[in-house]
Amino acid sequence: MKSVICLECDAEIGLDAGVEENEIIVCPDCGVDLEIVSLNPLTVELAPMEEEDWGE
Amino acid sequence: MSNRLRIGVLFSRVRVEEKWIFAALEQRGVDYERLDDRKVFFDLDRPDEWRLYDAILERSISYSSGLNILRVLNAWGIPTVNTARVAEACGDKLATSAALAKYSLPQPRNLVAFSTEAALEAIETIGYPVVIKPTVGSWGRLLAKINDRDAAEAVLEHKSVLGSVQHSIFYIQEFIKKPGRDIRVFVMGDQAITAIYRKAEHWITNTARGGEGEICKINPELEKICLDAAHAVGGGVLAIDILEHPDRGYLINEINHTMEFHTLMPITGVDVAGLMVEYLLKVGRREIEVAL
Repeated sequence: MKSVICLECDAEIGLDAGVEENEIIVCPDCGVDLEIVSLNPLTVELAPMEEEDWGE
Repeated sequence: MSNRLRIGVLFSRVRVEEKWIFAALEQRGVDYERLDDRKVFFDLDRPDEWRLYDAILERSISYSSGLNILRVLNAWGIPTVNTARVAEACGDKLATSAALAKYSLPQPRNLVAFSTEAALEAIETIGYPVVIKPTVGSWGRLLAKINDRDAAEAVLEHKSVLGSVQHSIFYIQEFIKKPGRDIRVFVMGDQAITAIYRKAEHWITNTARGGEGEICKINPELEKICLDAAHAVGGGVLAIDILEHPDRGYLINEINHTMEFHTLMPITGVDVAGLMVEYLLKVGRREIEVAL
């Protein structure tokens, strides 16, 4: 299983096989949102949690 | 236009809904491109590259990014789901209320004021409790249930001082004593496709705030009110939130133009992503004309 290291708390996060670029994952340890910015090499960045005009 | 459609999907983040939409496009062998709204830009004198798209699905999380991109695309004559006109009417609660009022459709009593003094006066014409909502925003964020004058004065002052100018548009709604739930209806074109109840102990029933979903059967009255609501904002692919008033029946609360359906799709078993893609392809083939 692929995994990444949480940028906030250093936890190792396992990823599903179907993970996609720009998908948001949530660190199970600290709850921070991370965005998969690249699949090769596997890279994550901290994602903004919520912004004022976000919605549906 | 070639026989093979070229489709764009504008997004901010790949949520589970976007994954389902991408999968539905791929299952159908559609030639599509993912357009990250944080990376695109537009030269208003050079529409040619963009005009290669037969249709674009807008799935931005950011209302302002999505709306402004739709304005440019529609100005260039590029069909989108949904259109800028629809986004304008749905993404701003006051604009939605105005569109519904234009057609005398049932909705909660809504008031709007532009100063704290006028807002307080407006509230006291209908009495407490009331709900103050930001005109732009979602997921039940920053809603305030105001039970008395003290709370009204405090919240109005905080909104006027701490918020952006947008928060000084005081959108005030009567508090509806709903039966621990509201209804979300997914509408596509002239069909109410499926619906769920969103249930919660809390007065905010958004599933984003912990509300739970349950299948809701669409009766003819509910179908009519939803189709009327969809028509009032310009139609398309919409999620309509309905409140049940103990005396006045169904009231249209909000209309969402870039709806999430991670709760609705598994509960109802309806392939919302697939239906959305089918609608998008019909727009791309001009079998459905969208008013730009």
